[in-house]
Amino acid sequence: MRKWLLAIGMVLGLSALAQTGKLEIFSWWAGDEGPALEALIRLYKQKYPGVEVINATVTGGAGVNARAVLKTRMLGGDPPDTFQVHAGMELIGTWVVANRMEDLTFLFRQEGWLQAFPKGLIDLISYKGGIWSVPVNIHRSNVMWYLPAKLKEWGVNPPRTWDEFLATCETLKQKGLEAPLALGENWTQQHLWESVALAVLGPDDWNNLWNGKLRFTDPKAVRVWEVFGRVLDCANKDAAGLSWQQAVDRVVQGKAAFNIMGDWAAGYMTTTLKLKPGTDFAWAPSPGTQGVFMMLSDSFGLPTGAKNRQNAINWLRLVGSKEGQDTFNPLKGSIAARLDSDPRKYNAYGQSAMKDWRSNRIVGSLVHGAVAPESFMSQFGTVMEIFLQTKNPQAAANAAQAIADQVGLGRLGQ
Amino acid sequence: MRDRILAFSVLLPSLLAVGVFVYGFIGQNLWVSLTDWGKDPAQALALRPELRFVGLENYRELFTGFVDVRFRQSVVNLIFFTLFFMAGSLGLGLLLALAVDRAPKGEGFFRTVFLFPMSLSFVVTGTIWRWMLQPQGGVNVLPTLFGLPPLSFPWLATREQVLVFDWNHLPFYTALAVGLVLLYVAYAAHREGERRRFLWALLSAGVLFLWAFTLGRGLKLLPYPETHGFSLALVGVILAAVWQMSGYTMALYLAGLRGIPVEVLEAARVDGASEWQLFRRIIFPMLAPITLSAMIVLGHIALKIFDLVFAMAGLDYAPTDVPAIYMYLLAFRGNQFAKGAAIGILLLLLVAVVVVPYLASQLRKEVRR
Repeated sequence: MRKWLLAIGMVLGLSALAQTGKLEIFSWWAGDEGPALEALIRLYKQKYPGVEVINATVTGGAGVNARAVLKTRMLGGDPPDTFQVHAGMELIGTWVVANRMEDLTFLFRQEGWLQAFPKGLIDLISYKGGIWSVPVNIHRSNVMWYLPAKLKEWGVNPPRTWDEFLATCETLKQKGLEAPLALGENWTQQHLWESVALAVLGPDDWNNLWNGKLRFTDPKAVRVWEVFGRVLDCANKDAAGLSWQQAVDRVVQGKAAFNIMGDWAAGYMTTTLKLKPGTDFAWAPSPGTQGVFMMLSDSFGLPTGAKNRQNAINWLRLVGSKEGQDTFNPLKGSIAARLDSDPRKYNAYGQSAMKDWRSNRIVGSLVHGAVAPESFMSQFGTVMEIFLQTKNPQAAANAAQAIADQVGLGRLGQ
Repeated sequence: MRDRILAFSVLLPSLLAVGVFVYGFIGQNLWVSLTDWGKDPAQALALRPELRFVGLENYRELFTGFVDVRFRQSVVNLIFFTLFFMAGSLGLGLLLALAVDRAPKGEGFFRTVFLFPMSLSFVVTGTIWRWMLQPQGGVNVLPTLFGLPPLSFPWLATREQVLVFDWNHLPFYTALAVGLVLLYVAYAAHREGERRRFLWALLSAGVLFLWAFTLGRGLKLLPYPETHGFSLALVGVILAAVWQMSGYTMALYLAGLRGIPVEVLEAARVDGASEWQLFRRIIFPMLAPITLSAMIVLGHIALKIFDLVFAMAGLDYAPTDVPAIYMYLLAFRGNQFAKGAAIGILLLLLVAVVVVPYLASQLRKEVRR
């Protein structure tokens, strides 16, 4: 009997020892984005060769599938050691309020990150006095893409406001361009909406929308839908069937003049379509949003009850370091969240975005999880559908407000 | 006695497994659907969520709540999808079966060809058909092969709806439909000479019609009109589903046709029956049981459809929404687990309405034997 107990004890002890040498990283970076993550993991292995890294990826754009898998795992009490999550309310509204994350303020203090990251970003990832995740990269949402050569041919300039945009759109339509704005499936329409909303409301009221100080039914917010409706009139009618890449293709083929898309479009055009940033294709802040950087960011957090907490903290340390960010981001096609990264490692687009990141006002994106909790975000698609079906700004505004009331938008953000 | 114990102990493991993993989870799901899980974000994904009992509140919100308009459209979509998918698969399957049955040669070849789509998964079918239904390619450019102008129907991208009705009239229409079914039951009972059943059915139908035309018209589910209809974007999805499943009904019908004794057909021919009369009086009645089982199988596939729509139009496109898609969206993206569970229960009830009467009648037949 005693022998048996001893044996069982030894097995248990050994397996505990072995477990300390593991780190499970949960993310949705596979395919095109896989190499960037792998480079980061290689760096981690150089520093901690004893640790076995388990790269648990679940594919699907923007993590649609990964987040569902993560939820079932967390509900089942089996959290990964660290997981990828959009910085901001997507993390806070789902995981932090449910008391499933550890406060990382100590790490930010230790590593001097409070100075290394811009304050606007720290604000977005803070809640109730804590800081809850380590941002690894930054993408920009409010960017308008075009081909300079084509615009020259048509004799138009990139518009700086939505009024200018609508005028340019009329000019282009008269020149026989059926749909001057290229648009894709539902989420890209929401993506366009947030650029329009930022321009119509301005950064202050944009923030007020999310902390509950400005209601969706306020005339100012209803006007967003009116402008959005007119902008949609410039877009292709078969949008629902196109992916964002196909919408970018329309611009590249000269079938459309402009596309509003996050700056992963730069990665697509440079890497996949082999175009040269700055000469073959060019960009500008989406109309009316000059000087504002609408950001979204992937970050890693530390769930409570992580089996390999120390390894996970070491991973977060690497993710937030200059070395880690400058290894990851040039491959991913994003820029570093830190203010001190090395511009020489990035291409022409990255350098320009970096300049804006350091000087612009920073606000968060809705569609990509920074400013609203998932309970609101997931139903914003319904609001969009109501608007597309009825073309009625007031109806869309009412629906948005009803959902905001239902999920308690703004109550969380305090 | 020993035999009984043995039989019982052999059955026990599977009884336990089914009890826990099927009925246990159905019960748990029912309980969740009666709670507020997901209303409070602090509880939604907590390690031990505290759930509060709220009764039928989730169901009420789904059918009459302002923000759940998408759920109602998805139900309407599902009903139309199921009807057209079943009609299409059965019709096309029967035609193919008759053609293959009559074909002088190459029967095996054609049977395989038509049956083959069934071996694909709905995801594959959906992806292929999404490509083919792109507004500027695929099916739409088909006529140009014959020198005709290309079609301009935008297929999945359309937002048009036909057969539009106001959701507030739903109780009225439902009562009307059920009343008509009851009338048919009465008619059948009358023909079979079952007086009691005839009277009961007639009476219930009468009461229902009376209610529909008096109180039913005045009933308002929502304080404002809300229109729903058959979205034409579904046509593409139905096309793909019929393409996939009609081979299956063909195989069923083919087996049925083979089962009709040649003697009966020849006797009818000798009696001077025309080809049409042959179909009308002999072949179709003898295929009826097959039609019924095909309808059950197709019906429960249609009611649970998720993957095909997911692959063809994605989760975010309301014109092709079905309840299963909306359930996934609410539960796993929006963290509204209780409401998701409520949709799950509703789907279960819908499928039960199709499957349970069938199972019951089968069971009764077996007992009679």
